[in-house]
Amino acid sequence: MIRLTSITRVFHMGDQEVRALNDVSLDIASGEYVSIMGPSGSGKSTLLNVIGLLDRPDSGRYELDGSDVTALSETEQARVRREKIGFVFQSFHLVPRLTAAQNIELPLILEGLAPAERKLRVDAVLDAFDLTDRATHRPAELSGGQRQRVAIARATILRPTALLADEPTGNLDHRIGAEVMALLEALHHSGTTLIVVTHDRELGARAHRHIAMRDGEIVGDEK
Amino acid sequence: MKLRDTLSLSLHSIASTRTRSLLIVLAMALGVGAVVVLTALGDGARRYVVGQFASLGTNLVIVLPGRAETSGGFVGAALGQTPRDLTLDDAQAVGQLPGVRRYAPLNVGTAELASGGRLREVTILGSNADLLPIRHMALSHGSFSGGAAQIVIGSVIARDFFPDGDAIGQRVRLGDRRFRISGVLSKQGESMGFNTDEIVIVPVDDAQALFNTETLFRILVEANSRAAIEPLKQAMSHVLKQRHDGEEDVTVITQDAVLATFDRILSALTLAVAGIAAISLAVAGILVMNVMLVAVTQRTAEIGLLKAIGAPAADIRHLFLAEALWLSLAGGALGFALGHLGSWAIRLAYPTLPAWPPTWASVAGIATALITGIVASLLPAARAAKLDPVRALSGK
Repeated sequence: MIRLTSITRVFHMGDQEVRALNDVSLDIASGEYVSIMGPSGSGKSTLLNVIGLLDRPDSGRYELDGSDVTALSETEQARVRREKIGFVFQSFHLVPRLTAAQNIELPLILEGLAPAERKLRVDAVLDAFDLTDRATHRPAELSGGQRQRVAIARATILRPTALLADEPTGNLDHRIGAEVMALLEALHHSGTTLIVVTHDRELGARAHRHIAMRDGEIVGDEK
Repeated sequence: MKLRDTLSLSLHSIASTRTRSLLIVLAMALGVGAVVVLTALGDGARRYVVGQFASLGTNLVIVLPGRAETSGGFVGAALGQTPRDLTLDDAQAVGQLPGVRRYAPLNVGTAELASGGRLREVTILGSNADLLPIRHMALSHGSFSGGAAQIVIGSVIARDFFPDGDAIGQRVRLGDRRFRISGVLSKQGESMGFNTDEIVIVPVDDAQALFNTETLFRILVEANSRAAIEPLKQAMSHVLKQRHDGEEDVTVITQDAVLATFDRILSALTLAVAGIAAISLAVAGILVMNVMLVAVTQRTAEIGLLKAIGAPAADIRHLFLAEALWLSLAGGALGFALGHLGSWAIRLAYPTLPAWPPTWASVAGIATALITGIVASLLPAARAAKLDPVRALSGK
């Protein structure tokens, strides 16, 4: 489970201080499906980055599965990120020179698994995501939907407890976006905590819990 | 992340920027190749000179008449005396000294060699049988005992005068004296501007009679060992001074001293050119740094992604270091090959110059390439590892 207590994150733009997160406290239980919505600059992406350990809060306490992760070293945070958190981005962020299979394999390489074990797991995931015939294609040769499926496969191959999606359908047309959402929701059904940041009302409404943000603060939280 | 995966992933990213990688490898290779070729040249020159000296003989001490002095002229000049000549007796006295392995008196002159209607002006060395081992000359046929009226002829003369190869035992005329050929020198070629294939060696007594002289051109002495050279040189000067009524009117030189000087000068020269060539490696190192910095900027988003999926800073740093390692390794290997190819070409163009690159130069060239490559990538790698993942992901 995720527990944020009085999290503050401040950015400095010139001599101006921007409080992207202002004293935010939030509990998300394991297996929840949460959407975070709000206008641009409301701090929703920063919240997701803090939850995903990509960004360090300036103050406050963050507990993940019962242990304080704010105090961890950079290397330990990287390990937590690798094992417990999966990221899905609006612009997919696939490595262009690597094939679909190689992109999916990356977290396994970082984890230090043996090549034989990696191959087994990548093949299984390619099959589960219906990408087997695209395994040796590079991102440039894939459609947007396929790219996001590869990205989701990569984010989930180490079976993280939480899947964080930042505008996962922002670069996709409506039909493909719906397919991708269905895929993410299927992963949620199998037990993964799913947190989606979006400003698409229709998309946000599909979640079981809706968090609204404005000016770095949570202004709505309803189930 | 396992080392193996770091190496293969970095190799993958190098392969994807082929032109740029090739250019760096080429720059590195030229640096390493320059080190290898230039040291091959320098060391070749050194070996050439050392070889020329060695062909004169080893542990050689040479006596020449007259006092070679850079300050003032010889002592006798002031007293109205001429320096005494070296004689056969001097040679014998020197030859009895302890520490002498063998000695050879030497007379040099020219005379006409005549046989079977052929006539030629030849260089004549008058000496004893020990001249051959002292000067590292070998006989291809026959023998040379130094006995009266026996001569040894060079291989070219043997071929020209006796094309049928039956020179041994033939009678020939040198000037107005008759000799019998007892040996033929094996082919040796030039040695210090002196072609041993076209000389005639005669017993020293016969040479002195032929040239109508009592004096010697040189006394060649071979010491028992390197260590014996210096005391022997002192003893020889002493004995000759006594024999010459207390006048130091001979010069005793050791080729060792001359050789050591040349060796030192040419070794220093080799090091100097190697150092100059190494500067090009430093330039290649700066090139590597520049290219790696560009690569970090270009791959900012990728670095951010790797961090997002759980790569610690150390893994990112290692990836970039491994890329530099591959590039410099390839540059070093290619440079090594280029250098050896260049040295081979030099040897082909100048067969007398033994332009073999010394092992230390190859090792040092490749090591310098590796070290400059890795040092140059430290800064870019650290920069990549320090990137803030959120900003990196947005491509900033």
